[in-house]
Amino acid sequence: MFPFRIPIRDWISDAVDYLVSEYSAVFDAFSALVYFLVDNLKDGMMAIHPLALIIVIAAITLKMAGWRMALFAIIGLLLSENIGLWSAFVETLALVLTAELLVMVVGLPLGVLAARKDGFHSVIRPVLDFMQTMPAFVYLIPAVMFFGLGLVPGVVATFVFALPPLIRLTNLGIRQVPKELVEAADAFGATGSQKLFKVQIPVAMPTIMAGVNQSIMLGLSMVVIAAMIGAGGLGEDVLRGIQRLQVGQGFEAGLVVVIMAIILDRITAGFADQGSKS
Amino acid sequence: MSEIITVRNLYKIFGDNPKKAIQALKEGKSKDEILRKHKQIVGVQDINFTVREGEIFVLMGLSGSGKSTLQRLINRLHEPTSGEIVINGTDIVKLKQKELRQFRRNNFCGMVFQNFAILPHRTVLGNVEFGLELQGVDKDERQEKARKIIKLVGLDGNEDNYPSQLSGGMQQRVGLARGLAVDADILLMDEAFSALDPLIRRQMQDELLELQARMKKTILFVTHDLDEAFRLGDRIAIMKDGLIVQIGTAEEIISSPADEYVRTFVEDMDRSAVLTAGTIMLPVKERAFTGDGPRTILRKIRKFGLSGILVTDSKRHLKGYILAKELAEFLEKNKKKEDLKMDPSLIREAAYVDRDMPLNEVINVYQEADYGPIAVVDSDQRLEGVIVRGAIIAALSEGYEIEPNNGSDDLKKEEDK
Repeated sequence: MFPFRIPIRDWISDAVDYLVSEYSAVFDAFSALVYFLVDNLKDGMMAIHPLALIIVIAAITLKMAGWRMALFAIIGLLLSENIGLWSAFVETLALVLTAELLVMVVGLPLGVLAARKDGFHSVIRPVLDFMQTMPAFVYLIPAVMFFGLGLVPGVVATFVFALPPLIRLTNLGIRQVPKELVEAADAFGATGSQKLFKVQIPVAMPTIMAGVNQSIMLGLSMVVIAAMIGAGGLGEDVLRGIQRLQVGQGFEAGLVVVIMAIILDRITAGFADQGSKS
Repeated sequence: MSEIITVRNLYKIFGDNPKKAIQALKEGKSKDEILRKHKQIVGVQDINFTVREGEIFVLMGLSGSGKSTLQRLINRLHEPTSGEIVINGTDIVKLKQKELRQFRRNNFCGMVFQNFAILPHRTVLGNVEFGLELQGVDKDERQEKARKIIKLVGLDGNEDNYPSQLSGGMQQRVGLARGLAVDADILLMDEAFSALDPLIRRQMQDELLELQARMKKTILFVTHDLDEAFRLGDRIAIMKDGLIVQIGTAEEIISSPADEYVRTFVEDMDRSAVLTAGTIMLPVKERAFTGDGPRTILRKIRKFGLSGILVTDSKRHLKGYILAKELAEFLEKNKKKEDLKMDPSLIREAAYVDRDMPLNEVINVYQEADYGPIAVVDSDQRLEGVIVRGAIIAALSEGYEIEPNNGSDDLKKEEDK
């Protein structure tokens, strides 16, 4: 139909090449930071006895989600240990938590900014749509090019995939703060930051926590995909099961992912509920 | 009382071309025309009024009349399009954002909203100290102050509860306490009691009046409820289409509505609760003095064909009432006597009411009185006027115009001599 072809693929490739060659120091530094976070988190959790960690997780679950969930957590985690997937479990947990930490550090300020500046909101909205609808596999390629194979690109791909819901829900939560609450603060002569930290963020907290919950869930769904570029952890076991047609092993690893997902979901949902109750 | 808020020529236009809209308004175009032709929404137009220190000033109007817009202009939550708003001597329209913030802290006790607008994540104490916290008052001091105010509004014992644990009326007390805790003069209340059920609303109105008697804030109260406006307002501004159509006390508005709109508005009012003895009293045509002889008194009575006459001393203090019939009988018995003195037993007790007594209470006094008209007196027991049966019925009947009157001018003139 056309005598020419718009070279999107060349633009993207060139841009990635340019970034890789010109900014390698930045990527290396970021890489080191992620390694530092994940490694320390993982080593820390591996250093203590599995039973101790299980008790800690169960205690948090008990506080946030009640005794039934705590019981489920104990049984589920003991099962993971029993079938020999404990170290994979810890590795994946470290990866997901690190990615979530980065998501919060980046996502919360962006969400707040989007809520306060309509201009920024209209710019970031299509970007978020793009990030959420682009097939997750596509993120793997630039992640590998920037950071090579292994853990870091896994964390980065997870980060990109899990970021949008937190920005969206932070934005939404702050915009949904009743107009009168903001007017009340204004009428008392509140400054911009007083309004933000004493009214808007606390009132929006349940919605923001729902965003955290959603991004953790999305992060977990990236675990298997990230394993394709060598992120390790439970995803690797699932992947190996698929590649070698070992249905049993694959199922076991998948089951542990599900157990982790349920526990993390109920804990973060508990945060959101507590925010809305008070 | 000095003036604390003075508003002059205030306009608020919502839209991208306010100048054109103001121009059109000055040419006499209506709000609807301007919306259709110029796509500009007139919030309020040509607003002029003053609020005196320590009074409750009510902005009353139906939805869309601009009353809430006007209130939000007073603390500049809305930016005025043109005009002056002078508060405690400062034209706040001219303030920069930072100055405005400081000005609000020093002069406004925040706002009280229809849906309370208290912070769900804070306890009652945390909410009440909120205004002080924003001002940077240190923790011990602001909590002590907050606890005092919480007690004042009757919420003691609830300091550590969260808003979701409280009833609507209690939540609004928190909203009110949050405002009162701040050391400033002006409290803005926006439909503050409209979300409460009627009994609680009534109770809150009473409590507000009680608190006001103690705290002496200047309150700008917005409502769509005429009964509420008349109950609370020292003065009331009635708004329509962004204009103030009438400003006055409840009595002034009821007894002489400015136009047809206000008239239809006040028609449904319970007039007996608003009108006072002072509004419906008639001038005293004739009275007897304590030194008058019986024959003089009878002559005075006969002159107007009355059934009796009120007696005062020379300073207009009410002393009693003399029945024409009894006086005539007395004279008949003693008609031989040349230098007849008045028999004190003929002077009966006169039924009287204070001039500020509402009409519905006057009716009770009237029913209990066995004879004569009801005397209306001022706070020093001095005779101001009389109320006769016909005046009460006339005042209560709908649509009847009551001439505003100031009692018996002739009496006062007499005294001045």
